[in-house]
Amino acid sequence: MALLRFDPGVDFWLLLAVPAIPLLGFVVNVFLGRGLPRKGDWLLTGGMFVSMAITVWLGAKAVSAAFAGETFFHRSAEHGISFSWLYQSGKEAGSPLNLTTGILYDGLSAAMLAVVGIVSFFVHLFSIGYMHGDRRYHVFFANISLFTFAMLGLVLSDNILFFFVFWELMGLMSYLLIGHFGQDPGSPRLLQASAACKKAFLTTRVGDTALFVGMMIFYWKFQTFEFTELWRLAQEEVARNAGEHPAWMTAAGLLVFGGTVGKSAQFPLHIWLPDAMEGPTPVSAMIHAATMVAAGVFLLGRTYPLMSPEVLAVVTVVGTLTALFAATIGTTVFDIKGVLAYSTISQLGFMVAACGLGGVVFGMFHMVTHAFFKACLFLCAGSVIHGCHHEQDMRRMGGLRKFMPVTFLCMLASTLAIAGIPLCSGFYSKDKIIQSAFERGLTQFDGVSFFAAAALPLAALLTAFYMFRLIFMTFFGEYRGGHAGHGRGHHDEHDGHGHHEEHAHTPHESPWPMTAALCGLALLGILGGHFWLSTPTDPLAGHTSPWFLRLVSLESMYGGRVAALPATEHVTHLAHSLALWVSLGVAFGGIAIAYVLYQRKLVDPARIARNLGEVYHTVANKYYVDELVDRVVVRPTLALARLQKWIDENLVDGIVNGAGHLNRGVGFLSAWFDLKVVDGAVNGTASLTQTLGALARLVQTGRVQQYISFAVAGGLALAAWLILS
Amino acid sequence: MGVGAYVAVSAALFGIGLVAIVARRNVLYVLMGIEMILNAANINFVAFARHAGNRLDGQMFAIFVIILAAAEAAVALAIVLNVFHLFHSVKPEGVDRLRE
Amino acid sequence: MERSSKVFYGLLTVLVLAGLAAGSVAAGWEGLAFGGFSALTVGGGLICIWERSVVRSAFALLATFSGTAGLFLLLGADFLAMAQVLIYVGGILALILFGVMLTPPDLSERKIPRLMSALALIGAGVLWVGFRIATSATWATAAELPPVASNAREIGVGFLAADQYVVAFELAAVVLTVALVAAVYVARRRKADLEPPDVARAGEGRS
Repeated sequence: MALLRFDPGVDFWLLLAVPAIPLLGFVVNVFLGRGLPRKGDWLLTGGMFVSMAITVWLGAKAVSAAFAGETFFHRSAEHGISFSWLYQSGKEAGSPLNLTTGILYDGLSAAMLAVVGIVSFFVHLFSIGYMHGDRRYHVFFANISLFTFAMLGLVLSDNILFFFVFWELMGLMSYLLIGHFGQDPGSPRLLQASAACKKAFLTTRVGDTALFVGMMIFYWKFQTFEFTELWRLAQEEVARNAGEHPAWMTAAGLLVFGGTVGKSAQFPLHIWLPDAMEGPTPVSAMIHAATMVAAGVFLLGRTYPLMSPEVLAVVTVVGTLTALFAATIGTTVFDIKGVLAYSTISQLGFMVAACGLGGVVFGMFHMVTHAFFKACLFLCAGSVIHGCHHEQDMRRMGGLRKFMPVTFLCMLASTLAIAGIPLCSGFYSKDKIIQSAFERGLTQFDGVSFFAAAALPLAALLTAFYMFRLIFMTFFGEYRGGHAGHGRGHHDEHDGHGHHEEHAHTPHESPWPMTAALCGLALLGILGGHFWLSTPTDPLAGHTSPWFLRLVSLESMYGGRVAALPATEHVTHLAHSLALWVSLGVAFGGIAIAYVLYQRKLVDPARIARNLGEVYHTVANKYYVDELVDRVVVRPTLALARLQKWIDENLVDGIVNGAGHLNRGVGFLSAWFDLKVVDGAVNGTASLTQTLGALARLVQTGRVQQYISFAVAGGLALAAWLILS
Repeated sequence: MGVGAYVAVSAALFGIGLVAIVARRNVLYVLMGIEMILNAANINFVAFARHAGNRLDGQMFAIFVIILAAAEAAVALAIVLNVFHLFHSVKPEGVDRLRE
Repeated sequence: MERSSKVFYGLLTVLVLAGLAAGSVAAGWEGLAFGGFSALTVGGGLICIWERSVVRSAFALLATFSGTAGLFLLLGADFLAMAQVLIYVGGILALILFGVMLTPPDLSERKIPRLMSALALIGAGVLWVGFRIATSATWATAAELPPVASNAREIGVGFLAADQYVVAFELAAVVLTVALVAAVYVARRRKADLEPPDVARAGEGRS
């Protein structure tokens, strides 16, 4: 129907409206927010709803196009809608120093845009309840709206430069949002929040710098920032090099991947994500579950044709390592948000590994599903924290399903998704990733694939384990929180409640804006997989639908420049079956272990921890990565700063002071010289004259006889001379 | 006698007169010394007048010298007396008003 | 007499005798006469500068003048010799004696080192010059000397002749007149003369 046809004339302007609305919301709330009724929260949320609606509608257009078998790839520049932002007169468009930017809207963009829109809307809705009473309520809404604008802009950019601009803007918003409580002088966790947002910014900065350098290397070689042009030129370069990627491309590709390592919290730049839990829970949900961390994976998706096989091998290793590494830590954490943070890191590792293994599509799919269920998980955690009066330690929770049934159900749904239970979206995406690993291993037989094939299922097992550990510890058993927990949070919340004393000891369900958001996201978490499912006759076949493949397929994404891995039909089938059984096995296995340890308590987890001893402690201390960074990076930098301070104070100031002293000394010398030498010369001349005069005066005695004597002597001399000559 | 002898005598008298002027602490000796010198000059004149052939010039000159020596002696004495009045001393060193 | 004076006079005597001897040996009577007169002249001069007393020096000067007159005689200038004695001894020496009389003697007279050094330097110098002249000079003298003759008449004529020395003669007379007047004026009596003078204050003058 016409409603679902993509009309470039109208739809690009609609796409512009999508990020424009939250931007407008930001501006309004910054300047007028304090005076608005309810500080503008429903206004911004309403605006976000409109934005979301547009993204969903346009996403539907994309799906229907895929339905009809068409390629959905639209660039606004082709339709004359582009913004020339750096213009040098006299040069034609497309030459250096005449840069334009436009919108790229293809299947991937459509999917991502919709995801961001939906998650952002639900987070806005949730925040109305969660941030109630906060002293900087209006600023918070302004910030999350601006953040949404940045993420939407990033998804829509058709060139990597503007992509980077929005990337940086998201970094800034992440800093501001994580440090939200750091700006509030009354907050009990002011210092931790300030430290956390600084850490986040600095760590991602490392990745951002690498991305920038890589981007500029590509620009230097290809003279363009546009994605489509970059893909084309990269393919031509490879063809020119007889099918090999030149070394510089590998280097640049690694640098670009560096951006992903930073933003998507891969090892070793993952250290900021757990600390980022200092931010309010809606922030964690939006930024660190669904959107910002996904931007790194999205970057991989956009730059996949530029990556050489060496880079992809590195990508795989890093991703797999991250997935396993974070999953092991997640089993030891007791903070509810902390578990989710490490879970996020681990899942991002899955996505990155998928891209490295050649399953870019599956990585993107996992990104989409993960966004929904992880956002839901975070919001549920927020609900739990809110209900337990800011208690975050799971050891002081328990049996909450009696107090918060809605939250419990939503969380359980999302946990099933992340654990990879069939019929939930997470199962399909994770299964596909494991299948990719097996496929590659069976085709290429290289160490990287084997490593991935072994480690990823293990990580999946651990994922299921620790997520259900969370469920059992939090919602089942006896309530262990005997007193009002003042774990983390802000005093303002208590003021807002008003009935502090009555609820001091009883956890309670959250208000309706929060629960509504939870339900919405949970539904998507469950059904997201089904939506992508195609043939109703084969619901458990695990095939991603032909529609999804067409919507987000290698061919549609890169215009046919990237080929899928060469794999025979037989290998694919084998890998598929193997992956299916492995996925099921690890999912149920993990749940079973968690059940045994935490529900039935047949084995005491604490005893296991003691028996593992040193190993347990290393994992529980997060492998001492933070300490290592402190030793290797932070302390040398501080020492360098101290050295520079010393240099400045002693050498530079010493030079300056020394120059001053030198000046004084020269002045002294000059004065001495003037006094002794110059005046001495003058005086000396005078006294010499006086002395000579005195000497000469001796002749003038006034005595006549002496005058006569001299005269005679002179005369004699003259006569003698005359005689003798 | 050759003229040389007379010249020698004249030179000796001249030297003595010079010594009298320079080396005595009495202004009268200055006066005496001047007269001796004039006498020496006169001897020279007359000796050469004689030995150049009885010429008259030398003797005429010597007469004029004598005349002027007399005049000079008168004036010199008057000056000496004046100086003595002013400085109350006959020492030539005392009259060093021209000293620097 | 002082010992140094004894030495001096002894030397002087020797010198005089030597002179006389040399003169007589060289040129007979004329030489002797010349030697005697020269001794008188030079000896007188030496005594004049040697003697401590001004009066004695003045009288030694008398000998000098006389000796000079004698030398003039030897040279045939009889008028000049007379004029010499007349004017010098009778006039100038008298004036000097007047001066001696009117001024008190200075008792701290004659420091020997100064005299000696002066003698040494000047006398030696003059003697050496004189010796050189006497021995090495060629004089424009006549080869054959005419006999000594009195020339008073020629002198007189010379003074008055219009083409000779009359102008100089007249001028000399004028000079004498002027000198006479000047001497009288310079030596006139002043108010300060009426006060008793301070005796022998060296270098001090009353303004």
